Amino acid sequence: MTTALIAEDEPLLAAGLQADLAALWPALRIVAVVGDGHGACAQALALQPEVCFLDIRMPGQSGLDAAQALAEDWPAGSPLPLLVFITAYDQYALQAFETQAVDYLVKPVDGPRLAACVVRLQRRLAERQVSAAATGEPALAQLRALLGSLGQPAGAAPPRLELIQASAGNTVHLVPVAEVVYVEAADKYLRVVTADREHLIRLSLRELLPQLDPRQFWQVHRGLVVRATAIATAQRDDSGKVVLSLRGRPERLTASRLYAHLFKGM
Amino acid sequence: MPQTLPSDLPAEPAAAALPAGGPWQGFGGRGLKNQVLCLGVALLIWLLGGPGHGGFLVVWLYSAAIGLGCWFFIDGSRIVLSLLLQRRQRAAGTQTQPAHSRWPGALGMLPCIVLGTLAGYSAGTALADALTGLRTPSLMQNSAALIVCLLAAVGATFYFYANERLHQERAAADAARRLATESALRLLQSQLEPHMLFNTLANLRVLIARDPAAAQAMLDRLIAFLRATLGGSRSGLHPLAAEFDRVADYLALMAVRMGPRLAVQLDLPDALRALPVPPLLLQPLVENAIRHGLEPQVAGGRIEVRARVEGGLLVLEVLDDGSGPASPSPGSPGDGGYGTAHVRERLAAMYGAQGRFSLQARAEGGTLARISLPLPAPAEPRTAGETNPGLSTPRNTAAEHPGTQ
Repeated sequence: MTTALIAEDEPLLAAGLQADLAALWPALRIVAVVGDGHGACAQALALQPEVCFLDIRMPGQSGLDAAQALAEDWPAGSPLPLLVFITAYDQYALQAFETQAVDYLVKPVDGPRLAACVVRLQRRLAERQVSAAATGEPALAQLRALLGSLGQPAGAAPPRLELIQASAGNTVHLVPVAEVVYVEAADKYLRVVTADREHLIRLSLRELLPQLDPRQFWQVHRGLVVRATAIATAQRDDSGKVVLSLRGRPERLTASRLYAHLFKGM
Repeated sequence: MPQTLPSDLPAEPAAAALPAGGPWQGFGGRGLKNQVLCLGVALLIWLLGGPGHGGFLVVWLYSAAIGLGCWFFIDGSRIVLSLLLQRRQRAAGTQTQPAHSRWPGALGMLPCIVLGTLAGYSAGTALADALTGLRTPSLMQNSAALIVCLLAAVGATFYFYANERLHQERAAADAARRLATESALRLLQSQLEPHMLFNTLANLRVLIARDPAAAQAMLDRLIAFLRATLGGSRSGLHPLAAEFDRVADYLALMAVRMGPRLAVQLDLPDALRALPVPPLLLQPLVENAIRHGLEPQVAGGRIEVRARVEGGLLVLEVLDDGSGPASPSPGSPGDGGYGTAHVRERLAAMYGAQGRFSLQARAEGGTLARISLPLPAPAEPRTAGETNPGLSTPRNTAAEHPGTQ
């Protein structure tokens, strides 16, 4: 019996998808129906379904962010769930799904389209069983490519940031980007860490990232960007994560398996 | 549907959209037309039995040569003068209208015409003399020729000037029309957001199988919403009760979609039901409250729409307890404050300074959008079911308000 999770914030649509799937795929067991992005990720990690249907526009966290979090926190050893994104209308996302050959459904989901999706999912699950050794690296690469292409919106790139202005009380600290060792997301803030101190700025990583040079700053986790030249060693652990030690900072950082491909011997 | 537009479109973008081109544009074309004119002048002189020696071909040759000279010197000096004026204006930082920048004005044209004609006549006759071997008396001894040349020069200049103005006005009108269409499309797109529409249809698709009666009710709401948004004119006025009905349609659709995450309260005192208001004024505010306030919240929230009279003003408020005005939700691009900008524009166009709009954070969380406008006289009661009253009955049409264009 195959297990699946449905993440859709509109209750009728969730119920409708569940009913349509029950008719088309009787052997599919829906283990959870959740209405928000964080819940989707948490429930998927807890219940380990084989298929996840993720609506893109959800409260809390988008379906794409949920997919990223899921892939990063997924335990090593078991294959990633097959992901099917659902959207009513997102031109950019649809384009990315097409080019990255990601499964997706467009609302309203008609019968034949859902049937085709079910057939494809069943075939992929069967393939997976044949080659049990599959670690899910192709799935990770596909997701990485998808998130990469969605992370760069079309149009002119914003100018590179040279100086970060971090206010603390009445003081504004001017931090040259050249001195930043790493930037870490912390709740609604970003921790900007230099060799000798750290600052908080009210910005999301998504807003900051396009303003940093991707050759200098590597994203190694959904909430972590590190200056590449500040990384001293990278050590892969059993779970597929990579532990980084830094030059000039004592702490160790963890790169998720989504970005583990960055660290390979020459 | 030009009537759905902000009434007075700015003239600047239209003018800026004119085809670019310096004062030299069309130089050769004017030369050709000038030669056609010269042929006409030659024919006229020949028919009137003017300078007799040599027949028509000689008259034509002189006419063409003089015309060529006049065109070259008048148009050439005009171009040089305009360029000089443009440079000076640019240095002084003053904006010029493109329509005038190619022409130095009547005062500037006068010396161009007089000197250009003198130079053109002299050069033209010299050229024709050289070709024919004849000798023409100089201009000062030939006042008839001078008058003919000056008249032709003034006439031709005026013709070219009027022609260019006509072209520019037509281009400006085209640009304005294009701008108007774009603006109408943008407004429609902001209100008929595809995401909302397809999600609503997806809900409807599920409801049809599960609860046909509820599906029918939802479809009726969708039809009313589409009719108001697509067909409804945004000019004129309709009763406040009709405005609240339209808001209720939209919120009923959202209530089906969001289920228990959305709580709605509409508060319209009976005494205010008949007051005429601009149609679909509240719609963008309610949409914003849902899209930016409640939809990003996992728990959803509550939206309240209310009307009251306060200090001789009609006050309309849309409140939500969502994420607040400063934090637009990620993943919902496309709005960019267009809805609220549109509300401001309409209020300013209809009520001038008396129409106010504010958007503020509520102390208890969420957003408060408030419109206040001069208290209108109540409209005549109208028959039920009429959804889109036009300009006919309300006594207070927009035109009576100060600040209306």
